[in-house]
Amino acid sequence: MKVLVPVKRVIDSNVKARVKADQTGVDLANVKMSMNPFCEIAVEEAVRMQEGKGGHAAGTATEIVVVSIGPAQAQETIRTALAIGADRGILIQSDADLEPLAVAKVLKAVVEEEKPDLVLMGKQSIDGDNNAVGQMLAALLDWPQATFAAKLEIGDGKATVTREVDGGVQTVASRLPAVVTVDLRLNTPRYASLPNIMKAKKKEIVTKTVADYGVDAAPRLKVLKVTEPPKRSAGEKVADAAELVAKLKSKGVL
Amino acid sequence: MAVLVIADHDGTAVRDTTAKTVTAASKLGGEVDVLVVGQGAKAAADSAAKISGVRKVLLAESAELGKTLAEAVEATVLPLAGGYDAILTPANMDGKNFAPRLAAKLDVAPISDIVEVVSPDTFVRPIYAGNALETIQSSDAKKVITVRPTAFDAAASGGSAAVETVAGGEAPGTDFVSEEMIKSDRPELGAAKIVVSGGRALGSAEEFHAVMDPLADKLGAAVGASRAAVDAGYAPNDYQVGQTGKVVAPQLYIAIGISGAIQHLAGMKDSKVIVAINKDADAPIFQVADYGLVADYKTAVPELMKALG
Repeated sequence: MKVLVPVKRVIDSNVKARVKADQTGVDLANVKMSMNPFCEIAVEEAVRMQEGKGGHAAGTATEIVVVSIGPAQAQETIRTALAIGADRGILIQSDADLEPLAVAKVLKAVVEEEKPDLVLMGKQSIDGDNNAVGQMLAALLDWPQATFAAKLEIGDGKATVTREVDGGVQTVASRLPAVVTVDLRLNTPRYASLPNIMKAKKKEIVTKTVADYGVDAAPRLKVLKVTEPPKRSAGEKVADAAELVAKLKSKGVL
Repeated sequence: MAVLVIADHDGTAVRDTTAKTVTAASKLGGEVDVLVVGQGAKAAADSAAKISGVRKVLLAESAELGKTLAEAVEATVLPLAGGYDAILTPANMDGKNFAPRLAAKLDVAPISDIVEVVSPDTFVRPIYAGNALETIQSSDAKKVITVRPTAFDAAASGGSAAVETVAGGEAPGTDFVSEEMIKSDRPELGAAKIVVSGGRALGSAEEFHAVMDPLADKLGAAVGASRAAVDAGYAPNDYQVGQTGKVVAPQLYIAIGISGAIQHLAGMKDSKVIVAINKDADAPIFQVADYGLVADYKTAVPELMKALG
């Protein structure tokens, strides 16, 4: 089966985001950028489906196409996915930061062109933290969705997904084609090997623009300001547990 | 103007998160209706009717709604959507699952995880793991919003709204297979007044439970964990407090052997009082703690148990 994996270039998860002084956004100048961690898990799972690892039969995935919407540098993010083992990439160049609804509309157009059997993607990006695109893509395509996957099995024309829910896990079976979004426990992504990084350089990346897909990507939300959250300051050190309990009692929280 | 709140409930009663979402909904102005989706959920609908300020409660039932499958929620809510200017639901795992699907079907931009209603079209929400707050204004006529319950007070009880039945939808493409819920007598992590969280310093799953469980039971607290502790397999995934796990804001949060990575702080820094116990005096957790005890948990926790009596 053909698997489409959308990936996003975001601030590296180990970098602390800093708000710009003029409150227009987060300062990304000279900040290390990486593939969104949840997207990396999705790429890893797709590659395991191809290799026959992680409980998948070999050849479960026959072709893995990676797509990214973003600036020219998002090409590096696609190369990272190709180095993990994806087959080819599509870069949809956009300097505007598209909202989830617009991203879902562009991805719908990509799905209609590529006709994958499965869209496998991260549950959320660590910049916008919306947790929305996968669900929206499924809705626009009228496909079933299985979100927050901790386990994925493909068989009998279905994706059987064990999902993270409040208080435990839920297993559902979605008929393919479907959209599956992945959560942290699904797998631990590999480090790409040097030979695979070299090989990735020769893999094909097609560059397109949002306009090529004829999608209305106009924003619906206006960002009025971006501010720093209220700061907590360090309190006091206590000498021992007895003093701690006394303080907590006087605060009225015990 | 009318607002629909899709309730969070356990089958017999609505959770606190629903009353908190009603508070957020009432800030939009207009009438507030509550929709309870489930199966055999009449008791939950009756409990929703008691939330003060609710005009009416709608009850939709089907087997697939009993498992809150997103496609079934979509099929249930879409026919009702015409009567509402906004649809709100708590930003828990279920709400996060179905709300964006609903938004896409209505061709509106979903507004995720709001912590403040500035005006009926303007909201504040955390981005970048809570390291920034964005104030956004929506131009959509209809709004689909998920609400971070810890940011709002619960609406009072004392209402007596009527309960009406509406058609429950199905999920044609997805079948429920099974579920495995963790049984616990402790309060739920998201709703607990006291949370005790353990970190990687605890060293093993056995030690994690041996240290954290008795302390939690003594305090009537929920148990949480840092992502490092979850990744190391010391604690189950749904214990995870942080941007990629649960966001909590209890009255008292006690962090034990947690260094305080950015992503963990994002999940607990709105707690009223934060206590950190860590043997490393330079651990970042102390920078947000109201009370810090620089000590090895191995001696500090037994002493704490003793001091609690």
